[in-house]
Amino acid sequence: MLRLRYGHRQAMVAAAIRALPNEGCGLLVGRADEVVEIVPSPNVADSARVYEIDPRVLLRTFRDVETRGLEVIGVFHSHTHSAAYPSPTDVAQAPDPSWHYVLVSLAEKESDVRSFRILNGTITEEDLALDHDQGHGSPDRR
Amino acid sequence: MAAVLRVPTVLRPAMGNQSALEVEGATIGEVLARLTETYPSARAQLLNEDGSLHRFLNVYVNDDDVRYLGGLDAPVSDRDEITLLPAVAGGSH
Repeated sequence: MLRLRYGHRQAMVAAAIRALPNEGCGLLVGRADEVVEIVPSPNVADSARVYEIDPRVLLRTFRDVETRGLEVIGVFHSHTHSAAYPSPTDVAQAPDPSWHYVLVSLAEKESDVRSFRILNGTITEEDLALDHDQGHGSPDRR
Repeated sequence: MAAVLRVPTVLRPAMGNQSALEVEGATIGEVLARLTETYPSARAQLLNEDGSLHRFLNVYVNDDDVRYLGGLDAPVSDRDEITLLPAVAGGSH
């Protein structure tokens, strides 16, 4: 399960929309299964079909999290015209089996955000636990 | 000359489970050549078959991406900090 605040979900969708017509992307910073911060990145692949996190953002974020006792726990990117599901390219290039891989689809009118684990080429979807920013009760699970 | 190499989590199993190690070499190419001699199983994650820098590996000397410093010819000085980070990439196709 990946736990995040509603604002984190909105930040990922906003980054995906800002990047249009290209794919948007960024890093998930936090602890284990809990997102603390979303770090949007320019898509240096500059493409509607592929993405690559800016190497400068990557280095800066890894250094920053170390000093704060946090970790990079995953990555998000958008699919502009296809479902929120990892593509063969996503699976082949998934760098870290411990990461959460979040997909944002803008293919439909309503954005779709889903999270996956990718281990040895096998994709497993995981629940998203959305904590509302105002602290209303238990997290929504989907 | 010794520089410090910082190893990302995902590469540690191939490098003796170390998070940082001292490395020798006047260029990134020399550092990686010595590293792959010591840890042959890491070679496929660091270099292409032709010996060039792996497409999906980012290598930094201090704050600079070596792609802008001459790639494998990028100079390394004593006490430099070398950081390896796998590229984070993918796509919808």
